[in-house]
Amino acid sequence: MTLTVTDLSVTRGGLPVLSGVSFALVPGEALVLRGPNGIGKTTLLRTVAGLQPPYMGSISGHEDQIAYAGHLDGIKPTLTVAENLTFWARVFGRSDVKYAISDAMSDFDLEGLADRPAGNLSAGQKRRLGLARLMVTKRPIWVMDEPTVSLDSASVQRFSEVVRTHLEHGGSALIATHTDLGLEGTLLDLGVYRAEPTAMDDFDGAFL
Amino acid sequence: MSLWEYANPKKFLTTSERVLPVLWIAAAASIVVGLIWGFFFTPDDYRQGSTVKIIFIHVPAALMAINAWFMMLVASLIWIIRRHHVSALAAKAAAPVGVVMTLIALITGALWGQPMWGTWWAWDPRLTSFLVLFLFYLGYIALWEAIDDPDTAADLTSILCLVGSVFAVLSRYAVLFWNQGLHQGASLSLDKEENVADVFSNPLYVCMIGFALLFLALVLYRTGTEIRARRIKALIARERLES
Amino acid sequence: MIALLSRDLQLALRAGGGFGLGLAFFLIVAVLVPFAVGPQSELLGRIAPGVLWIGALLACLLSLDRLLALDWEDGSLDLLATAPLPLEAIVTMKSVAHWITTGVPLILAAPILGVLLQLPAAGYLWLVVSLLLGTPALSVIGTFGAALTVGLKRGGLLLSLLVLPLYVPTLIFGAEVARRGAAGLAVETPLLMLAGISAASLACLPFASAAVLRINLR
Repeated sequence: MTLTVTDLSVTRGGLPVLSGVSFALVPGEALVLRGPNGIGKTTLLRTVAGLQPPYMGSISGHEDQIAYAGHLDGIKPTLTVAENLTFWARVFGRSDVKYAISDAMSDFDLEGLADRPAGNLSAGQKRRLGLARLMVTKRPIWVMDEPTVSLDSASVQRFSEVVRTHLEHGGSALIATHTDLGLEGTLLDLGVYRAEPTAMDDFDGAFL
Repeated sequence: MSLWEYANPKKFLTTSERVLPVLWIAAAASIVVGLIWGFFFTPDDYRQGSTVKIIFIHVPAALMAINAWFMMLVASLIWIIRRHHVSALAAKAAAPVGVVMTLIALITGALWGQPMWGTWWAWDPRLTSFLVLFLFYLGYIALWEAIDDPDTAADLTSILCLVGSVFAVLSRYAVLFWNQGLHQGASLSLDKEENVADVFSNPLYVCMIGFALLFLALVLYRTGTEIRARRIKALIARERLES
Repeated sequence: MIALLSRDLQLALRAGGGFGLGLAFFLIVAVLVPFAVGPQSELLGRIAPGVLWIGALLACLLSLDRLLALDWEDGSLDLLATAPLPLEAIVTMKSVAHWITTGVPLILAAPILGVLLQLPAAGYLWLVVSLLLGTPALSVIGTFGAALTVGLKRGGLLLSLLVLPLYVPTLIFGAEVARRGAAGLAVETPLLMLAGISAASLACLPFASAAVLRINLR
């Protein structure tokens, strides 16, 4: 399933931040978004994930295909690592829950922590759990916002391994990151899409 | 030439600026005429004496209290369906006017009730409904105040207004039922249709028209203010974006 | 959907989930009322249905601000919104979980507290029936309020201000059923109205809650 973004504009707090963004993400490929802080990476990713409507332009091929991982991992501190993953596997309708979560835990080196309440994990371990969640969703397009925050270098290595395997199996990934993951993906610098303030017209309907 | 032209903020502002002076004068004139006529040129009621004359404030205020909510409901629907910003801001502007009208109705009602019924407050269905309406207004205004992003606030308050309207109507019937269940006909409510004689009804109509015009003028004026405030916010945000 | 429901119940049972909080609050209200109005059993018996209803309503309200706010804070709500479940189903499950963790214990505890408040013997059945029919509406309406205020920093107070007026019809009919039951009068009309409000809220409000949540997630 190819994710196609055409001439997309996104707004944050009612103001356009990016405009005219176009790209296509084919299966087996990774697209890395770059750009300074505040350029609108998170806003773009949330729009692609369907959490907010596009201001202009269109997105296609994203319905029920995207697994989104934002800044927050959605981890319940009183549930154990295994329980957290089981929950997400069931929400995403996996029938082979046991297999799915053990697979994800071994890939992110969480097996030793399986019965630990997630509230006791360190920041890096939590992040690994949050990323392991992507695997149990079994969705082809991973949309990740700064996935490597608070990961140590070994974990970053492990993570890029996982992404590479995901790509080899026909998945794709849209990543906003500042670290070099060593992935042979396309780089997209968002700087050129920075929205120009529209000309000062008189009072229009949208107040913009 | 369509009605939706006035959904454009600029068009709305220029038109309302032209209409407003006329509205203010008409509202003031009819309220003054109505009240003077009502206070000084109607006879005292044989049973209620001169206290009956509070009706000239009480009834129009109560009327506008309900109509203000109804206007907010219509404006909210227009915002949800057609997404005209002016409509959402008009709903926002009408709420404080409505709450003041409700308060006037409640207070004048209490002042009237004290000499007539011997109590400032009775849990009469009509009174209770107005108290509930007052609470709905408070919630609606509080939600507007609590949310920073104007579009989000407009969306959320419109949905609250829709849901609230349904529950307000439900409450009205629930309260009617509840009180009959308690008092069994010992209700204190006045049946206005029967009690008001022609001598009173003509100045009352004038007062009603006056209050309606006053409401309209206040809403137009406040909507204009809201539009300008919104415009300022947008300009500041844009400036921040450019720098 | 079942996964979400069982997770929410599991969370409520674990430490810090606040499972018994509403129940304890309900108990305290029922204990404090006689202190406030005096120990005359005849008076207590007359106000018991109303007091128990108000107590149940406030206990429901107490746990509402955690209903969606916790999932909002840790990002679960974002992730749930991108899951294959429709948001309408998610908010419905949240309401159901709230009802099971708050409403059901209240219904079970109400007869015991009725004893404390000298509720007349005829009242017990109708008290339980009215709570059984009314508390689902309280949970569903509360979920709507929680969805409205989910993104706000100090949403708790605003939540009460928004939700309590919406509770008016449910309270009136629910308490009326309990009161008439206790007095040995016919209860059909308020009972049917109460059931109607519950059914209509359950059928319609999840759509409003989901719409509101979608706006708040934006």
